[in-house]
Amino acid sequence: MSGARPGGAHPPAGTLEGRTARGDPAAGRAPLMTLTPASTPVSTSDSTAAADAGDADAPAASPSAPALTAPDGASLDARPLSTAELFRLRADFPALQRQVNGHPLAYLDSGATAQRPVAVLDAERRYLETANAAVHRGAHLMAAEATELFEQARATVAAFVGAGEDEIVWTSNATEALNLVAYGISNASLGRGGAAAERLRIGDGDEIVVTEAEHHANLVPWQELCARTGATLRFIPVDDDGVLDLDRLDEIVTERTRVLAFAHVGNVTGAIAPVERLVARARQVGALVVLDACQSVPHGPVDLRALDVDFAAFSGHKMLGPTGVGVLYGKQGLLDALPPFLTGGSMITTVTLERSEYLPAPQRFEAGTQKVSQSIALAAAVDYLGEIGMDRIAAHEAALGERMAAGLAEIPGVRLLGPKPGIPRVGLASFDVHGVHSHDVGQFLDDLGIAVRVGHHCAQPLHRRLGITSSTRASGYLYTTDDDVDRMLDAVARTVAFFGGAA
Amino acid sequence: MSSSELQSLYQQVILDHSKRPHGRGLVGDTAASSHQVNPTCGDEITLELHVGDDGTFERVAWNGSGCAISQASASLLSGLAEDWTPAVLQERIGQFREALRSRGAIEIDEDLFEDAAALGGVSRYTARVKCAMLAWVAAEDALTRLDA
Repeated sequence: MSGARPGGAHPPAGTLEGRTARGDPAAGRAPLMTLTPASTPVSTSDSTAAADAGDADAPAASPSAPALTAPDGASLDARPLSTAELFRLRADFPALQRQVNGHPLAYLDSGATAQRPVAVLDAERRYLETANAAVHRGAHLMAAEATELFEQARATVAAFVGAGEDEIVWTSNATEALNLVAYGISNASLGRGGAAAERLRIGDGDEIVVTEAEHHANLVPWQELCARTGATLRFIPVDDDGVLDLDRLDEIVTERTRVLAFAHVGNVTGAIAPVERLVARARQVGALVVLDACQSVPHGPVDLRALDVDFAAFSGHKMLGPTGVGVLYGKQGLLDALPPFLTGGSMITTVTLERSEYLPAPQRFEAGTQKVSQSIALAAAVDYLGEIGMDRIAAHEAALGERMAAGLAEIPGVRLLGPKPGIPRVGLASFDVHGVHSHDVGQFLDDLGIAVRVGHHCAQPLHRRLGITSSTRASGYLYTTDDDVDRMLDAVARTVAFFGGAA
Repeated sequence: MSSSELQSLYQQVILDHSKRPHGRGLVGDTAASSHQVNPTCGDEITLELHVGDDGTFERVAWNGSGCAISQASASLLSGLAEDWTPAVLQERIGQFREALRSRGAIEIDEDLFEDAAALGGVSRYTARVKCAMLAWVAAEDALTRLDA
């Protein structure tokens, strides 16, 4: 067995034809600089939608609508997945085969959690059956194999997002990743971390800037950090659609700003943030940039180094991987300067009864038993995505998102949240049905086998800003079909009649 | 069309009450008031108990926002409880909860709950039980302040 790397080979996933060959770990990754909903492959008749939106302030021309062309123009011709490819690919996902309430499942809740292909399930099981052991300790063969697979997984995920291996920290989820940064800064502010951490200290007079559209996970940790340090929290507003309004960016992000935290893709709106512009402003004022990449890394090519963000967080279960594993990316120098958050075993060099010294990143941030099988399975998920090609997934999702947005916008009584049809979005759309609560919409759709998310999607402030308490969100992924979307649209239209519409 | 299960969840009486609710609008001037939030969906309700001279509730007033189930349940509770004493309300809350948590095993007694028996369909939808319970939990909490 010693030569085999059980679970480590991440065998070719599934049966999809036409995949790119993968020589080295980066080969399956498109050479893109930003998340790129590519060509927004809408039908020709729809392609004028933005122009038809009317006046000179048409959203497409607004600076708040990010130009989603990759800087080098790459991948604009990425092909969406063909029907035949989708058919084959869907066979890799056992959960998609089930019936719900007598109907084939239309799973439109991938933004909450994605389904997992057999290759990912097998990778985790194979590891557990052949090499399960504690990592970074123990002299026996299985411990060595487990450690090697665990670190290989880190390298695979690092390559997937354009990072170095030592820039990837395993966390339990993206929320923990964001808290790790906030608590690291908090600890630095208390004087921990010595001279190296001095530049991370914040306090009275300093400001942290987030946006009104953030998921609670990228808001509450910063509220708490401000409460502990005396810093002030400020907000980049959104417009009436929930899209970032950067008109006053330079007044909000100033010399006092120490951290600028925002979502790459809005989990409610599906809008893609203008990362380049936000990072440029942060650089002007010397602020750290923390990117919530939970809704971007799973859905398109993302190169975190090219984006030049300082930290980024994403989660395994939204990208075909297991729950219980998330990822923090941090620039090497910053991770090495950041004091630890969780402390204890596995993150130290020397411990005396009085004090301890810590390992460099990433181990400094990985105290205690690690998410070994989950990390290895996440690497298998990354391999699966890479085989298909993130640029093609982005193209597929751009088409799905446009189909959702355009379809929803046409249903009387339905208010589409986020970018208007014709404006790039990922394969996600949230909406409000006038006079019908989202829970009732979701129940009606569930009765037809259509799974969507309802509620505030962990974004209460955004919903309040939009004048609603909750919404319904349909979110697709690489395995989502036009038929899934059309069934959702048809059911939403019927929802209004069933509940009698507005009171 | 929608399934019979869905029809049993959203019976006409529920849809009617959610559109034209009874008892909506707060009165104030009572200590027996409770504000409850369903954190998973953001639904909320404020409910007030007003006891009349005869010892029964003369008014159960509420305000809030939420799904058809939660709004109809508040409306139905408000109408029913206006003939009840605090002791009866306490007992009925327990009976209602037991039926809703029974996953369909226990039917709501129509003699006791009248139109609110229509909420029995909710018990098969475990994710929605908390919607139907919201007003009743508020009433339960408000009862503890009745004598304060």
